[in-house]
Amino acid sequence: MKTLVLVKQVPDTATKIRLNPGDTAIQTDGIKWVINPYDEFAIEESLRLKEKFGGEVVVVSLGPSRVEEAIRQALAMGADRAIHLLTDAELDSAGAARALARACQDEGYDLILTGKQAVDDDQAQVGSLLAVELGLPQVTVVLKLEIDPDAKHIRAERELEGASEFVELPMPAVVTAQRGMNDPRYPTLPNIMKAKKKEVKSIPVDSLGVSTDLWVRVEELTLPPERPAAKILTGDPADAARELARLLHEEAKVI
Amino acid sequence: MAQGILIVVNQEGGRVRRVAYEMLSLAQRLAPGQVTALTFGDGADATREGLARHGADQVVLLSQPAYQRYSSDGFAKAVEKVVETVDPEALFFPATAWGRDLAPRVAGLLGAGLASDCTEIYSRDDGRLGAVRPIYAGKVHARVAIDSPRQIFSLRPNIQAVTESGRAGGLVAVDPGLDASTFQAVVTEVQQSQGGQLELTEADIIVSGGRGVKAPDNFKVLGELADAMGAALGSSRPVADEGWVPHSYHIGQTGKVVSPTVYVAVGISGAIQHVAGISGSKYIVAINNDAEAPIFKAANYGVVGDLFQVVPALAEAVREIKKDA
Repeated sequence: MKTLVLVKQVPDTATKIRLNPGDTAIQTDGIKWVINPYDEFAIEESLRLKEKFGGEVVVVSLGPSRVEEAIRQALAMGADRAIHLLTDAELDSAGAARALARACQDEGYDLILTGKQAVDDDQAQVGSLLAVELGLPQVTVVLKLEIDPDAKHIRAERELEGASEFVELPMPAVVTAQRGMNDPRYPTLPNIMKAKKKEVKSIPVDSLGVSTDLWVRVEELTLPPERPAAKILTGDPADAARELARLLHEEAKVI
Repeated sequence: MAQGILIVVNQEGGRVRRVAYEMLSLAQRLAPGQVTALTFGDGADATREGLARHGADQVVLLSQPAYQRYSSDGFAKAVEKVVETVDPEALFFPATAWGRDLAPRVAGLLGAGLASDCTEIYSRDDGRLGAVRPIYAGKVHARVAIDSPRQIFSLRPNIQAVTESGRAGGLVAVDPGLDASTFQAVVTEVQQSQGGQLELTEADIIVSGGRGVKAPDNFKVLGELADAMGAALGSSRPVADEGWVPHSYHIGQTGKVVSPTVYVAVGISGAIQHVAGISGSKYIVAINNDAEAPIFKAANYGVVGDLFQVVPALAEAVREIKKDA
């Protein structure tokens, strides 16, 4: 079974975001870049599928040259090889999906896995848009994946508000991963060394012949308004609790 | 020429989620008299009165047998057919599990730009719609334009006011003419999880616990406060990772992003990822024994003290206030 796993490099979630006035993208100097946390679940799941059914795991990533670090890390987790779609441009979800779809088509696949969303732009679209581009069914926000490669059948549990939904679909398909699907492994030192020698094929996005015109365009970024300084209560816990309840009732009028 | 707004919502047993009414109220302000609501399945007919009251000038009810069970690819094709008939300039979806699964699929089919999880949608000077959406889980707000001819937005629940405008809700008959046997991904079963837990993304009040709660059993103390306040229970990431509570409780950049009226953080230090995920809350209350905890910088109200003393006393005080109300 051949699984393609789409990996995005994003700022570490501990990053304090900095903006200059008029910016339409965040300041990136000094940022620590990591694999999108939800994509780590997708990588882990693809490795488990390979361990169970055999086959190959190919990482597909899109972005500037710094993305190679994330690719090497995915390879160190155990993926076999990678494709890096190289661009310095900021694409929107639709442009990214078109470029990724072209690469996936050229590569071939039985299954495509990725995270339910990237924790930078939080659009949560690329998986579904890619599925449409490739004419594939999708199941998103998946907690549990059961695959029968012989019958080419998937049964997946996905998270709803206060409920779980079970979806059945044929392969190939696009599956997006939710936290809880698995515990991603850490790369071991020997695997980190091995990853350095694995194949990473670089393809300029410009050479793919797909439109990367922006449909969704950022006009302005702002930091959320700061809250006024908190009213802090100390002293006897029972008195503080009563005073807090009074403030919530009389001042904020929320209880 | 394309005009008006098409609201696409799901329903269960004749009931829609509150966000459906939030979207209709907003759409009626943005495109008065040009709002169409679309819903699916058995029970769709029963939603008509509520949809009309909250702003649907027209309704499309796909209650044919093909739409009893959700299918992302099948429903997306049905929406495409409805769009051919209604020809809206914009589509609104709820940014719920259902809407976030379906909206990008529809965007792909229609070749239209989609802005996900918007907290604000407004009329621009050029007559088109623009939106504000939190990114980096709320650390930054992005004002975005959609330049494709048709515009699609998904709207975060719990942000917009619900108003009643008493529209006609006139029935528009559309039969997409799809054969359900061609639908590929199909829902075969739904299981309700942990009875009665309010959904965090729709909750008005959330009581949330972190490492300071010290042990899984101690969440009962928070449960008591949540009961008194009518709140949903949430948690920080470490507590969910430890398995003290289900993953679905986890609030933060890699968990749920919430926007309640009141968020009560108990024994939560306030890691940047957690603070981002609660930044849309109207009021943040912090209870922590460490006066230096970063959560106090994000809070409107704080109590420095032992949560095992403060929380039960707060629950009691809230019950007293509610009794008098």
